[in-house]
Amino acid sequence: MSTMSENAGKVSAPVTESVAATQLRRLSAWRAFEIVLWVAAFAAIFLLPSHMLVLTEIAIVALFAISLDLILGYAGIVSLGHGAFFGLGAYAAGIFAKHIYAEPVTGLFVAAAASGIFGFATSFLVLRGSDLTRLMTTLGIALMLAEVANQMAWLTGGADGLSGVMVGPILGLFEFDLWGKTGYIYCLFVLFILTCLARRLVNAPFGLSLKAIKGNPVRAAMVGVPSRRRIVAIYTVAAVYAGIAGALLTHTTSFVSIDVLAFHRSADVLLVLVLGGVGYLYGGIIGAIVFTLLRDWLSVITPQYWMFWIGLVLVIIVVVGRENLGRWHTFLPNSLQERLARVVNWRLGMKLRGEQ
Amino acid sequence: MITRRMLMAASAGVAMLGQTALTASAQEDTVKIGLILPMTGPFSSTGRQVEAGARTYMEMNGDTAAGKTVELIVRDDAGTADQTRRIAQELVVNEGVNVLAGFGLTPLALSVGPVLNQANIPAVIMAAATASITKESEYYTRTSFTLPQASVPVATWANENDINRVVTLVTDYGPGIDAETWFTKEFTENGGEIVEAVRVPLENPDFAPYLQRVRDSEPDAVFVFLPSGVGSLFMRQFTERGLNEAGIRLIATGDVTDDDLLNEMGEPAIGTITGHHYSAAHESPENEAFVESFEEANDGMRPNFMAIGGYDGMHLIYAALEETEGEVDGDALMEAIKGLSWTSPRGPVSIDPETRDIIQNIYMREVEEVDGELYNVEFETYEAVKDPAKAEDSAE
Repeated sequence: MSTMSENAGKVSAPVTESVAATQLRRLSAWRAFEIVLWVAAFAAIFLLPSHMLVLTEIAIVALFAISLDLILGYAGIVSLGHGAFFGLGAYAAGIFAKHIYAEPVTGLFVAAAASGIFGFATSFLVLRGSDLTRLMTTLGIALMLAEVANQMAWLTGGADGLSGVMVGPILGLFEFDLWGKTGYIYCLFVLFILTCLARRLVNAPFGLSLKAIKGNPVRAAMVGVPSRRRIVAIYTVAAVYAGIAGALLTHTTSFVSIDVLAFHRSADVLLVLVLGGVGYLYGGIIGAIVFTLLRDWLSVITPQYWMFWIGLVLVIIVVVGRENLGRWHTFLPNSLQERLARVVNWRLGMKLRGEQ
Repeated sequence: MITRRMLMAASAGVAMLGQTALTASAQEDTVKIGLILPMTGPFSSTGRQVEAGARTYMEMNGDTAAGKTVELIVRDDAGTADQTRRIAQELVVNEGVNVLAGFGLTPLALSVGPVLNQANIPAVIMAAATASITKESEYYTRTSFTLPQASVPVATWANENDINRVVTLVTDYGPGIDAETWFTKEFTENGGEIVEAVRVPLENPDFAPYLQRVRDSEPDAVFVFLPSGVGSLFMRQFTERGLNEAGIRLIATGDVTDDDLLNEMGEPAIGTITGHHYSAAHESPENEAFVESFEEANDGMRPNFMAIGGYDGMHLIYAALEETEGEVDGDALMEAIKGLSWTSPRGPVSIDPETRDIIQNIYMREVEEVDGELYNVEFETYEAVKDPAKAEDSAE
């Protein structure tokens, strides 16, 4: 999480290019907790056959939250309208599958392209203004898009939703089943591939320059970081990610309802991300797991009053966890914290000289 | 089309495999009903009423049908379609439910269509009211109503009662447009004139400017559809703008004078003419027993048209089980459901064997004060009204 500063302290005076490269490689190496997480996620296919549907939802929410993390956690852009890209992707995938071609992977590319283009176009609005104006701009764009979808009922089905979406087998081979196994494997693969790509992106010089912009845009500009272009690029990438998450929702439910564009989507994803912690990609995944399971569990116990309990639990989590779940360990005794950090931060294949 | 059919066949195959596994896992002598409703969020009153209606039926008629124990599993979808779909799928594969029911809003009902087809599970729509839903799958049936069904008799009544110039005012979304379309069609075919068609946004219920427009065009009456809940605000603004003093009559579908909220609307509501399928003031022994039992179990809450949908939905499931002698196969249940008829607290009803939609009386009612409380008092009946939207489809 705070690897940047951690490493900066250890670098000896003359920073040669090879040391920098090693540093970058070290930064992007797989850590123990990541490996455990992915092994668990893939093992769930066999171990939790009756929970495929909720796991699918977690994977989709996680991807959506990762997409928000790319702009919020790395570039420092706050957004209350990230649901716009999610919804656009969902509709693009739905309309494409219904009218043109039912194969889902093709649909993913179409949804990604649609959201990406829209993200690129609107990124210029985000360049202007401070955090508060950005909140309003992003919120405004999302509201406008929701109303457009509502009015274009001939294409989107309006308030009734887009029904009759027949999603074909994945790559012509794997039919979506009632148990949701195919759907989960599909979403998990997409999540895994896109998380790997995002890891590469944020650990590359590109990602570091984003963090520099987040830290101090003026100083970033002075060391030669083209901040406007970087923000446009990452905003577009995040839009593509959100669009793909939306498309996954369409493909696994074969229905698009107008509430994919509703405000609560944008708010929920922000909640999920803050819960899991911003700025290290896995916050989205961890937040999605905690939030979705908690909601599912509580709403089964008490269908009428679960919102009260989830609110209470969230407040407690935030108070106890000091801002996010990623830092709950600050409550442990110091010696335990250090040992834990060593295990969690263990990196694959990185027994570099000079490291302990 | 070929691909679509092939897909259907393939999924039916999968479903058949699934079905055997499901029936094996489900207990032999229980029938599980998955009731999915918006219990939280802006439409939670729908969920509360439908659930209470369904529970009242089980209270009054016991929890066994055709010798099997009926188990109700209630889940909240918060009015979000993808949640409805996921919950439906989970109930089918994990809980082994035999029938799905509930569905507070049109998109929520539509989202489960593919699940029904894949798993051969009947779905009883107890609330959602857009006409087209039942066309999406052979496994849908409905015990609420459709908006064309309620709007057309209102138009007929207006034609018969010297109302010639009407302004329509509806909420701008699916059901509102349904109501406007069908009222206008029926009303103008019989010589009426629509002076103006006003649509109010769903999100921003301030009616004052729209009511001013209505007043300025000086119609004989204004026809209104609003989702239940905003009725009281509308009534107040209607009086404040002096529309009744200007001699403009208020005619509406029954959602506007929702039984659950009618008392809060107070005096401005008196005299409103509405057409609907259920009033808590309907005079019949069945209804008296229902209202009494419902109010007793729910702390005095008055049943509205959503509650009766839940109540009759449960009756439909019980009756279908009796007909199949306890057989819970989806296709057998759907066969049994088609053509069933019974006397509901709302009056005589039946299920159209062709469209699986409900056929029922539509009553014209006027809001009156009875024993210090406001009620929709029925004064005229249009008997056995079919959903006109689908009747037209089959005529084509």
